[in-house]
Amino acid sequence: MGSITLENVRKSFGSADIIQGASLEIEDGSFVVFVGPSGCGKTTLLRLIAGLEDVTSGQIRIDGADVTDVPPAKRGLSMVFQSYALYPHMSVRGNIAFGLKMAGMPKGEIDRKVEGAASILNLTPYLERKPRDLSGGQRQRVAIGRAIVREPKAFLFDEPLSNLDAALRVQMRQEVTRLQKQLATTAVYVTHDQVEAMTMADRIVVLNAGRIEQYGSPLELYEHPANLFVAGFIGSPKMNLIGREVAGQFGAATIGVRPEHITVARDGEGWEGTVGVAEHLGSDTFIYVDVPQVGTLTARTVGELGIRVGERVRLRPDQRRIHRFDTEGRALAA
Amino acid sequence: MARKVTGAKTAIWTAAAWLVGFIIFFPILWMMLTSFKTELDAFSTPPSFLFFHWTTENYATVQERSDYTLHAMNSIITAGGSTLIAMAIAIPAAWAMAFAPTKRTKDILLWMLSTKMMPAVGVLVPIYLIYRDFGLLDTRIGLIVVLCLGNLPIVIWMLFTYFKEIPKDILEAARMDGATITKELLFVLTPMALPGIASTLLLNVILAWNEAFWTLNLSTSAAAPLTTFIASYSSPEGLFWAKLSAASTLAIAPILILGWFSQKQLVRGLTFGAVK
Amino acid sequence: MATQQTRTLGRVLIAPAVALLFVWMIVPLAMTIYFSLQYKNLLNPGEESFAGLDNFTYFLTDPAFITALINTLVLVGSVLLITIVLGTFVALLMNMPIYGRNIVRLMVIAPFFVMPTVSALVWKNLLMHPVSGLFAWLMSSVGLEPIDWFTNYPMLAVILIVAWQWLPFASLILLTALQSLDEEQKEAAEMDGAGAVSKFIYLTLPHLARPITVVILIETIFLLTVFAEIFVTTGGGPGLQTTNLAFLIYQAALLQFDVGSASAGGLVAVVIANILAFFLVRIVGRNLEA
Repeated sequence: MGSITLENVRKSFGSADIIQGASLEIEDGSFVVFVGPSGCGKTTLLRLIAGLEDVTSGQIRIDGADVTDVPPAKRGLSMVFQSYALYPHMSVRGNIAFGLKMAGMPKGEIDRKVEGAASILNLTPYLERKPRDLSGGQRQRVAIGRAIVREPKAFLFDEPLSNLDAALRVQMRQEVTRLQKQLATTAVYVTHDQVEAMTMADRIVVLNAGRIEQYGSPLELYEHPANLFVAGFIGSPKMNLIGREVAGQFGAATIGVRPEHITVARDGEGWEGTVGVAEHLGSDTFIYVDVPQVGTLTARTVGELGIRVGERVRLRPDQRRIHRFDTEGRALAA
Repeated sequence: MARKVTGAKTAIWTAAAWLVGFIIFFPILWMMLTSFKTELDAFSTPPSFLFFHWTTENYATVQERSDYTLHAMNSIITAGGSTLIAMAIAIPAAWAMAFAPTKRTKDILLWMLSTKMMPAVGVLVPIYLIYRDFGLLDTRIGLIVVLCLGNLPIVIWMLFTYFKEIPKDILEAARMDGATITKELLFVLTPMALPGIASTLLLNVILAWNEAFWTLNLSTSAAAPLTTFIASYSSPEGLFWAKLSAASTLAIAPILILGWFSQKQLVRGLTFGAVK
Repeated sequence: MATQQTRTLGRVLIAPAVALLFVWMIVPLAMTIYFSLQYKNLLNPGEESFAGLDNFTYFLTDPAFITALINTLVLVGSVLLITIVLGTFVALLMNMPIYGRNIVRLMVIAPFFVMPTVSALVWKNLLMHPVSGLFAWLMSSVGLEPIDWFTNYPMLAVILIVAWQWLPFASLILLTALQSLDEEQKEAAEMDGAGAVSKFIYLTLPHLARPITVVILIETIFLLTVFAEIFVTTGGGPGLQTTNLAFLIYQAALLQFDVGSASAGGLVAVVIANILAFFLVRIVGRNLEA
């Protein structure tokens, strides 16, 4: 069991409002990712759930019980830190066992659980080593082991993969997801990497300047961004945002078209522009086209078109996939 | 650093560095040599460097004078006692400032630092009078109090700079693991802070051992530590050089060894973390 | 960045240290200020009376004060100059690729651990003694007249002793700073065609500016109140030649028992030290932000 409810949670440091009233319902067993640019308050929100910070106002409930004033040790959550925060003076075994020891579990049972967790995470050969003798990926596993062994109501992850190299990050991403599904334990995961968010989450919370901009499944966010911020934040390369007269033609203050929804051709209909830069990735080509009156647009084409810098091309947006926003930046109904 | 350095250059630099080191160390070496001479050899011209009649009689003499042991004990008790008390007060304070900082923490730290800058001579009169009126002159307790308070800012500062290097994450991890504050301090913070605590302890013992303003002014005989005891050799001119050297060697040897162990931490301790 | 619970605990834990230091600072300082405004001599107990600023006038216009002030400045200035110039030299030398650096380091640092009374007496008797000191022998073996240090150059003698004690401190701090000089910066400078001298002037010296400032400030605080070295070697003499401010105040207080003017002198020392402390605290404070 582990549903988490935030009700109008606020946090301010002095006069600065870090979290400006967040309400959220996290269902038991779901994988929820907090994503947003740095300084958006996502880590603070996680620490509020953990109890490592006091809320200024509002209420946090876990499984329906109010835990707003309960110290972190008593909330029954476990956390994986960005720095891993392993106890340097304890062995891997000691690290994983620490929480159980604090709970006063008998020794035999601790050993059994620690060894169980170690075998799931392929840590068995390293149980007696100290953290400083482990690689980054192994430390990461120890931190995860420490979290799962206590069978918490929920896991909290604070950018756990940001210290790993790219290849390992992809691998750990899959492992964490698999593990979470296997254990069916609620997980709250903070990241600034939208790819991580899209691939791991059941539901994503997009945060910006201390406000929740949108809460939904990855596909919802991609297909129906609630506002300009989410539209610009989710998707890579970024959605093209076009204002002025062009948007007016569509009855909106701003329109957005994703690069993958633009067709590039040498002639025919569409906006005419000059190719400024072309990035060849092999499978895809991103071309950046300067369109007079509109600005620089990014388009994604599959494979190679043989388009060169300086060439004039036509860009045709997929009419069904144009996102329209009002003057406040909110999405208009299709 | 994988730079090729020619052998000849290295040899020259090495020779120069050793020469400079030797010159700086020489007075101490000379004192140690003198302590093994007879008083006559110690006074002879030209001086004999190694080929003199080696003797340990000076150490025996110094040892026999029962007051030497007394003064050594005074040094151990006052330096050790003041350090332990200072640590007991400083560890909780440094913990609080490093891990539960408030808006005023920085001001408090700097204010503590500024108390250390108060020249002792500025408060010599009142301290002397208070000690006289309370019968604390020439007592170990009196010296312990004044040494403890005098070094407290340095102790707090050193511990603070060490504690601050312990990642907060790890303490929070312990909290998430269900540890109470007491258990967090006992099982997580203390083992991690131990090296820092040890070097703070060491440096503070050294500073207290060598303190020579308060000890000279507030102690005369019964509680006089080695600083005061050695100073008493200044009055009878000459002819006791070998014994002076032996007493001095005994007085500095333990601290020299402790000092050599703690030298790596010395810089940050004495610069309040301004140079690391 | 913590919860209310830990903050409350923090206040409780910090309270004893703050309280003790506050008392330690305020009580004696208040007494010193009070005494400085009184006629009070321990030889004439019961004859205290309000003196206004007489003690300050007396202390500050006493020719001994001017002499002591000049002596203090000469002592502080010379020791600073010697320790920083030689300290930079020693630090550069120790930063070279040499064999046995750790042993050299031990030898260089050693004087710092010698108690002031010992180093003063060793220098006075074993090295600087005009007849059988080692320096006298060195001088006469090259055919020169031995120097009677404490008769003819008492201040220089004290300066040498104190400089020897503080040279390790300067060397060690500057060495630590040198070792933190980014290797890539040096390589970049070499790529830019800088030679050893240019590297020292444009890279090393600016890098050492801050540690040198720290050395100056910390040494000054200690050097302003050099006491034991004078106490066991010259006793302030001959005449007033080696009497510094600290020693003058000590004499007034514990030899002449003139509590009033000693307190006034003490306050003068406090003011001078505070001016310096102001700068040091700012430097350290800036470091605290990082």
